[in-house]
Amino acid sequence: MPETARAEISREEVAHLADLARIDLDDAELDHLAPQLAVILESVAAIRGVAGDDVPPTSHPIPLTNVFREDVVRPGLSAEEALSGAPAAEEQRFSVPRILGEEQ
Amino acid sequence: MSANDVLVDFDEVVASYDPALGLEVHVELSTATKMFCGCPTTFGGEPNTQVCPTCLGLPGAMPVVNGKAVEAAIRIGLALNCEIAEWCRFARKNYFYPDMPKNFQTSQYDEPIAFEGYLDVDVDGETFRVDIERAHMEEDTGKSTHVGGATGRIHGAEYSLVDYNRAGIPLIEIVTKPIVGAGEKAPAVARAYVAQLRDLIVALGVSDARMDQGSIRADVNLSLAPKGSGVLGTRTETKNVNSLRSVERAVRFEMSRHAGVLNAGEKVFQETRHFHEADGTTSSGRAKSDAEDYRYFPEPDLVPVAPSREWVEELRATLPENPAQKRARLQAEWGYSDLEMRDTVGAGALELVEATVAAGAAPQAARKWWLSEMARRANDAGVELSSVGVSPAQVAEVQRLVDAKTINDKLARQVFDGLVAGEGTPEEIVAARGLAVVSDDGALSAAVDKAIADNPDVAEKIRGGKVAAAGALIGAVMKEMRGQADAGRVRELIIEKLS
Repeated sequence: MPETARAEISREEVAHLADLARIDLDDAELDHLAPQLAVILESVAAIRGVAGDDVPPTSHPIPLTNVFREDVVRPGLSAEEALSGAPAAEEQRFSVPRILGEEQ
Repeated sequence: MSANDVLVDFDEVVASYDPALGLEVHVELSTATKMFCGCPTTFGGEPNTQVCPTCLGLPGAMPVVNGKAVEAAIRIGLALNCEIAEWCRFARKNYFYPDMPKNFQTSQYDEPIAFEGYLDVDVDGETFRVDIERAHMEEDTGKSTHVGGATGRIHGAEYSLVDYNRAGIPLIEIVTKPIVGAGEKAPAVARAYVAQLRDLIVALGVSDARMDQGSIRADVNLSLAPKGSGVLGTRTETKNVNSLRSVERAVRFEMSRHAGVLNAGEKVFQETRHFHEADGTTSSGRAKSDAEDYRYFPEPDLVPVAPSREWVEELRATLPENPAQKRARLQAEWGYSDLEMRDTVGAGALELVEATVAAGAAPQAARKWWLSEMARRANDAGVELSSVGVSPAQVAEVQRLVDAKTINDKLARQVFDGLVAGEGTPEEIVAARGLAVVSDDGALSAAVDKAIADNPDVAEKIRGGKVAAAGALIGAVMKEMRGQADAGRVRELIIEKLS
């Protein structure tokens, strides 16, 4: 969440987020969830109030940097193993439902 | 292109509007393994044989950054005169599309590893500075094949098949700032920028840099503003433009189409466009609206990258010669005129000519083959010069045979046919196809005598001192010898006999 996180979240914002996350929420669920999310945001805002200007936002709790891997090939999965959990496969590829919208 | 598109003549476009360009170029790195896992990156493997739990996005799998890819990213940044971040993170770009099995792409957002650089681009002998906004690290997506529907494209497809071999291959995305002030040269500037960026990538040795295999892909942003207004108009983004020629054509087409929209008093619709190689047009893709809401956030599974200044300086020391300086050096070494050099660079033939000269060919001969014969073949086949099926070493070998007068230029073309067809070495092809010129003066002499006898008028002129008329007789002899004669030697024989 960017800096602009507010302690309030509108029903419309929750509907928009649900849409982006491909979660199908009906009106009753939106009425139910929007206030709950607002409570969570308020709690986070309270913590923000405690942190002074000298405390930067933290994404990683442990101060580690530059963890790199050697560029060496390691064995992975066979195609059979890779596809073993797929609901549908064809021509050694994952079969997915028709894609709506456009290619990224 | 849709039936509603009104295209404005290019000269009229630049008379009324200022174009602004923006280029996003994706470079697929040639590391041995993927960005975040140890799967191989080899091109063309059987589907889903270069995958593991990490690049398939299986639960619990943890990514680890490929150090070699970070090194390549820093070297690209330095070569583009960028600042290198002292500390930066990866970010998740969230979207739902089956070519990303994790439902997010691991990328960089507001903390790119390289930023604020430039590339000086040579266009018709004029230097144009393209400012670089950023170069960041990310991963490639899988490859979808759409089944059903008429054209194999998404529209009308019943379902799609996905191969994840490519998912997770390291990509560096290089983004320019808006390029303004190019005017009528905008299409040429776009092409020259991508060409020079490609040359730089080749010189760095960090990618195969094969546009025809998708290891360099360009997205072309374009907008028009009323001439002299100094504002930026609404842009369109033409995705996946995959050859230098297409980059130029995409810019030109979008300029003409935007002008048609604006002339009609309408607004350009901000959207992505698809480019069509066949006719050089674009068509509407997806609107830029909600789909742009990627909800980026810092990637919690990867620790920040903080390249030490010592490391950055070590990598700076490994940078190849700056391409512009290299061009100046090569031009001096080769003795090319400005025009010859410009044509060579413009054709994307510099590296090929350099390799051909290194293999022993004279600079002028190397230039001649790549800019005429090979350029024609590349154009006919619709491929890059480097993909015509003849290597610089082979061109040098063929030229050696020409220099030794084993074959002439015309026969050399047939040797190139043989090389493309995989018939062996140039020498083997000359032998197998019986292409060697006839050096037996007896047979040549007989052919010359016959030509003189068949053309008494011409012969008389030459006897009278009009040596220039010998051309007609040389032609007749070459025809008689079915091209397998050295024209210089034929001329000598004719003059000898008629003087």
